[in-house]
Amino acid sequence: MDMHNLIHMANQIGSFFEAMPEQDEALKGIASHLQHFWEPRMRSQLLEYVDAENGKDIAPLVLSAIRAHRNMLVSQKQA
Amino acid sequence: MLEQLNEKDFGTPRRIAEQEVTLEIDGMQVTVAAGTSIMRAAAESGVNVPKLCATDSLEPFGSCRLCLVEIEGRKGYPASCTTQVERGMKVRTQTPKLQALRKGVMELYISDHPLDCLTCAANGNCELQDMAGVTGLREVRYGYDGENHIHSQKDESNPYFTYDPSKCIVCNRCVRACEETQGTYALTISGRGFESRVSPGQDQPFMDSECVSCGACVQACPTATLQEKTVIELGQAEHSVVTTCAYCGVGCSFKAEMKGSEVVRMVPDKNGQANEGHSCVKGRFAWGYATHKDRILKPMIRGKITDPWKEVSWDEALDYAAAEFRRIQKKYGRDSIGGIVSSRCTNEEGYLVQKLVRTAFGNNNVDTCARVCHSPTGYGLKQTLGESAGTQTFKSVEQSDVIMVIGANPTDAHPVFASRMKKRLLNGAKLIVIDPRHTDLVRSPHVRADFHLPLKPGTNVAMLSSIAHVIVTEGLLATDFIAQRCEDKAFQQWRDFVALPENSPEATQEITGVQAELVRGAARLYATGGNAAIYYGLGVTEHAQGSTAVMGIANLAMATGNIGREGVGVNPLRGQNNVQGSCDIGSFPHELPGYRHVSDSTTRHLFEQAWGVEIQPEPGLRIPNMFDAALDGSFMGMYCQGEDIVQSDPNTQHVSAALSAMECIVVQDIFMNETAMYAHVFLPGSSFLEKDGTFTNAERRISRVRKVMPPKAVYADWEVTVLLAQRMGYQMDYAHPSEIMDEIARLTPTFHGVSYEKLDQLGSIQWPCNDEAPLGTPTMHIDQFVRGKGKFIITKYVATDEKVTRKFPLILTTGRILSQYNVGAQTRRTENVRWHKQDILEIHPHDAEERGIRDGGWIGIHSRSGETVLRAKVSKRMQPGVVYTTFHFPESGANVITTENSDWATNCPEYKVTAVQVMPVLESSDWQKKYARFSKVQDDLLKNAGDGAGNKTSDIKIKAVAKSTA
Repeated sequence: MDMHNLIHMANQIGSFFEAMPEQDEALKGIASHLQHFWEPRMRSQLLEYVDAENGKDIAPLVLSAIRAHRNMLVSQKQA
Repeated sequence: MLEQLNEKDFGTPRRIAEQEVTLEIDGMQVTVAAGTSIMRAAAESGVNVPKLCATDSLEPFGSCRLCLVEIEGRKGYPASCTTQVERGMKVRTQTPKLQALRKGVMELYISDHPLDCLTCAANGNCELQDMAGVTGLREVRYGYDGENHIHSQKDESNPYFTYDPSKCIVCNRCVRACEETQGTYALTISGRGFESRVSPGQDQPFMDSECVSCGACVQACPTATLQEKTVIELGQAEHSVVTTCAYCGVGCSFKAEMKGSEVVRMVPDKNGQANEGHSCVKGRFAWGYATHKDRILKPMIRGKITDPWKEVSWDEALDYAAAEFRRIQKKYGRDSIGGIVSSRCTNEEGYLVQKLVRTAFGNNNVDTCARVCHSPTGYGLKQTLGESAGTQTFKSVEQSDVIMVIGANPTDAHPVFASRMKKRLLNGAKLIVIDPRHTDLVRSPHVRADFHLPLKPGTNVAMLSSIAHVIVTEGLLATDFIAQRCEDKAFQQWRDFVALPENSPEATQEITGVQAELVRGAARLYATGGNAAIYYGLGVTEHAQGSTAVMGIANLAMATGNIGREGVGVNPLRGQNNVQGSCDIGSFPHELPGYRHVSDSTTRHLFEQAWGVEIQPEPGLRIPNMFDAALDGSFMGMYCQGEDIVQSDPNTQHVSAALSAMECIVVQDIFMNETAMYAHVFLPGSSFLEKDGTFTNAERRISRVRKVMPPKAVYADWEVTVLLAQRMGYQMDYAHPSEIMDEIARLTPTFHGVSYEKLDQLGSIQWPCNDEAPLGTPTMHIDQFVRGKGKFIITKYVATDEKVTRKFPLILTTGRILSQYNVGAQTRRTENVRWHKQDILEIHPHDAEERGIRDGGWIGIHSRSGETVLRAKVSKRMQPGVVYTTFHFPESGANVITTENSDWATNCPEYKVTAVQVMPVLESSDWQKKYARFSKVQDDLLKNAGDGAGNKTSDIKIKAVAKSTA
C-alpha cells in the first residue's frame, strides 16, 4: 500500500481527534478508529513504518496514539 | 377493462380534521372530516358525482359544472367539488334537473371535440368519454359545423408525450398539476373564451418552455390532450404491477402498466407513501434503457483485457470466475479478492454479495458505492444519534416552519421531494440554503431562499460551527431538551468549543466567504423559527471533513431540540435508490447487517451459526483501499455487481491502473460499462423490471420491487450470486428473494418485523420494524436517542489539503442534473439526452472573461490528478473562483480531474473540492484521446465477440419497447 497515502490518512484522523479536550480520549479515539476501520494489512504496514522510520511525517498525536495503543492495532492474525 | 388500472378518484383531496360532520347524501347518512367537499363525501360513501375538472390530487376548481348538486333549502345548483359539507345538510346528486344541466354542459364540450373515439389513444381510459356515458348524451343540438379547434396543430416536441389542443376541454387540471403537484408553473391557459388553450411558457413548444417533463400534467389530463407517446403507439395497458423506481433515493412507487411483459407506461402510484402520486422525468419516462439494444445478454469471458470476448454458457462463465477466484486466493492469500455491490441493487442482492464475500471468499473485503457518497452519514449519525439513518418521513416537511438545505440540489437530484418541499415553502415555511452555487431553490420564479449562505467549497464545518456559535452565545439553546436528552459532559465540552471566538461568524467569514450577518440571521431563524428541519446531500458528505460536517448537523438539531418529532430532524438526501438499504444490509467491510461491527463477537456468532462458516473479526478493505492494495499486488480479484467504479470513482487513472493490475475482474451489469472494459468475466445483469426485491429509500422506507417481465438474460441478479457461491463451494438455498428478506429479518433486530407479506399489506415499511414497532418507525428518536443520550461531538474545522494555488486557482465541484442519473448508464440510453447530451463546465463570467473563455467554447481543465476538456457555460449561478460540472458521460472524464483526497473517517472521496485551472483549448485532452482509442478497441473486442459458431454479440438484438427509447 502507498505509505504516503496511509500516513496522510492517519494524520487526517489525528486532526479530528486533536480537538478533544482530553488527550487520553483523543489517543484512544485515534487508535480505536484505526482498529475499527482499517484493514489489517493497512495497520500492519503503518506499524512497520513506525518501527522502521521512527514515525517520520506522522503527526505527533497520531504517533503517540499508535505507541500508546499498539496492541489494539496489531492484526489478530499476528497477535 | 381499465378499472383494475385506475384507482378510485375521490374528486378532491382528503381533509384531516378532528371534527367530524354528518350529512345526508341521496338519503344516506354520511360522516366525514370537517372541510371535506360534498363530492368527496359522496365518493367515500359510494356515490360518484359526475366530474371533469376535479381529481383528488388537486384542490377543487369548480369550472366544469358537471358536479352540480341540489342542497335542500338552498337556491341554485352548487358545484359539489368546491362546496364543503355542513352538519345536517341534505344533498341530492341525481335529479332530472341535474341530469338536464349536465347533459347540456356535455353537449357544449362535445360540440368542440373530435369524435374520433375509436382511434383515439385514450379510448377506454377517457374521462370525457365516461361522462358522456354517465350524462346520457345522445345528441349535440349545436351540431359540429361551427367554429372549433379540431384541426389545431399538435405539439410533438417533447420526446415522451404529445399535446393535442383539439382534444383539450380547458379543465385546467394540467395547469393546476404543474402548480400544485410539481411547483413549476410552466403551464397556463392563454387566450380568453373560445380562444382559451393550454400554453407552455409564453405560447412555446413544450421543449422550449420551463416544463421539466415530470408528467404530472399528462397524468392529470382527463382526455388524450396530453398523452404518453408509448400509449399512442402501444395502446392501453391490460394489467399493472406496483413497483419502486430504480433512480434516486426518494424511492417513488409506480404502477408499471403492462401489456403482457411489455411496459406501456409508468404511472406514479398515488398510494405510494414516498411520492404520493408524483414523479420526475426519470422515473416516469426514462425506463427505456431496460430494453435498449446495448443490453448484453450472454455471459462472456476472456483471459486478458486485450483479448476478444468469448460468449459462453452461464455454467462456463461461472465455473471460470470461481476457478479464477480460487486460483488467486491460492496464489496471493485469502484476502486477495473481494466484492463491490452497487447501491442501485436491491437489498436482497446486496445482502447476498456481502454474504458471498464473508462466506465463500472468507474475508470482509466487501463494499458498496455508498462508500463514495453517504458513508459519512452512516458514521456521523451513528456517533451522535446512535443510528446511521435519517430521522423523518418525507411527508414530515409539511410540518416544518424552517427548512435548511445544505449541500443539496433537490430540484435536480431529488425532484419529487423538492416538489413537496416547494409546496410547503409556498405555504409559508422559511428557507435557508447553504450552497456555493445559486441553485434553483436559492431563487427561481416561485421560490426564494430567506437566507442563502454561498460558502466556499470545503468550508461546511466552519459554517456549521459558526451557526452553533450564534445559537450558544445568543442564548438560543433548547436547554430543557439538552438536559433531558443529551450527554451532559459532551454537551458542555461542545458548548465551550463552539463559543470560542474563532468560531464566531465574524471570524469564520474569512474562511467561508459568507458575511457574518447572514450567518447570524440564518442561525437565529433556524433556532427560533419553529419546527426546523435540515436536509443535506453530497455537498456535505463528499469532503475531507464529510463525517465532521454530518456530526455538526446533528449537533445543531440537538442544540435546538429539532429532533424527535414531525417537521424537524436530520435528513440525508441519499443519491441512489438503495443507498440506505445497501448500508443497512451489511455491505460495508466493517459491519454486518444492522450496522453491527464485525468485531462484535455476539453478532458474529449469530451469523456464523446461520451461515455455517467462521467470519473474520477484522474489517476488510474499503473501495479506495482495494485500489491501493491492487497496485500493491495484494488484491487481485474482484466481483463487481452493478457498479461502474471506473466512471464514478475519483482519479480515473488511478482506478484504471488498479484494475489493470488485477488478474480477474468479474462484472455483473446490464451494459458493457466502463469498468467492464477492464473485466475478464461479464455476467449479464437484470434491470429493476426483471426481478423481485426491495429498495430502502432515504426515509428508511422499504418498498417492494416487483418483477414485471422475465429476466432478459435468464437469471435475476440474486440468482447469479447464488450460482457463483455454489461454484465456490458455498451453498445458498433460496427459492425467492422473499426468503432472503426473511433471513435478513431473522438476523437483524431492526428488521425483525419485515417480510414481503407485511410489505404487501402495508405498502411499505420504515425500519426499525420489530416487536416494539410492528408497523415500522416513521419518526426516529422520539423519546430517546437510539444510543440512549444524544452525544454532542466537537467539530473543529480543518482546511482541506486540496489547496488553491497560483497554478490551480479555482475550485471545481461536481454534481448532477435533473435529466441524467449518476454515470448515465441508464439515462444516456433514453431520450433524456435531449435535455443534456454532454457534460459542461459552468464558470462565473468574471473567471471566464479573465481567461478569454466564451460561452460554448472548449476549455481545458487541469488539476493535480489530470486534465480533461469540456465545453464552457458562462453562468452567474457560480460564484467567482468556483467552477462546476456533472459526471454523466464517460468521455467527459470529470473524474480524471478529481483527486484521491477523502473523508478522514470513511474514505468518502472529496469530489466537491478539486483545485483546478481552466483555459481555452482547441482539442481534447491526452486522456480523452487515450480513452477514445481504448474505448474503440474495447468496442471492437465486444463486436467481435462470438460463440465459436460465427454468431457475434453485435447480431443479438432485443426488442425495444418504443422507438422513442430505442
